[in-house]
Amino acid sequence: MTSPVFDKIADIIAENSEVKREAITPDAHVINDLGIDSLDFLDIVFAIDKAFGIKVPVEQWTGEVNAGKAPAEQYFVMGNLAQRIEELVAAKAAKA
Amino acid sequence: MLLEYFQMVDRVVALDGERITVESRVPDASPVFEGHFPGYPIVPGVLLVETMAQTAGWLLLHIAGMERMPFLSKVTQAKFRGFVGPGAPLLVTATRTHDGSGYAVAEASIESEGKRIADAEITYRILPFPAEELRAAMTATARRIGLPGHG
Repeated sequence: MTSPVFDKIADIIAENSEVKREAITPDAHVINDLGIDSLDFLDIVFAIDKAFGIKVPVEQWTGEVNAGKAPAEQYFVMGNLAQRIEELVAAKAAKA
Repeated sequence: MLLEYFQMVDRVVALDGERITVESRVPDASPVFEGHFPGYPIVPGVLLVETMAQTAGWLLLHIAGMERMPFLSKVTQAKFRGFVGPGAPLLVTATRTHDGSGYAVAEASIESEGKRIADAEITYRILPFPAEELRAAMTATARRIGLPGHG
């Protein structure tokens, strides 16, 4: 059972890349497993930003991963990515 | 405007928050016109895209305080609605429509003498300047075209 946020993100990925929707599972790594390149990832982030009205902090995440402060899986494995997006949406709702 | 040097913006006319307007004049002569086209010189569509990309690029550079460089990553919905040839005045406007993390999206359009010539949606990656020489060149150009705060 996946969450509505997961399903929405998976739909967005399938629409903005050549990845088949059924391949997008909670344990799939966006880049290593799904093979999404950086331009498609940019499109995906743009679509997520618009769909949820948030600003996915990709630069911050990438910085943390590159600095060894966070494992890539924390942000770029689908289940975790959906969870991060849910947190961003909740944080936005709390501010409103 | 110097087509062969990709110098597409002559002067910033207005810059207000998320929107910029610049003007340029298509040169009377350019080697570009020798090929595009013999006997019927018009600015190539790809250079109209470049003109819109540079215009929105200056807006993003200004927003970033000349600290980060926008690099073209995607052009969508590009439409070429009319021809412009030697000597044509161009009024180019661009609006940032989305401020992402490390990227931005803008909509831009070109008019000439009140007629819409082209429009497009343009996406940029916004990265630290990869070379100090590039930053210096962009700063000098910002001064030349009158980018507010840099002139």
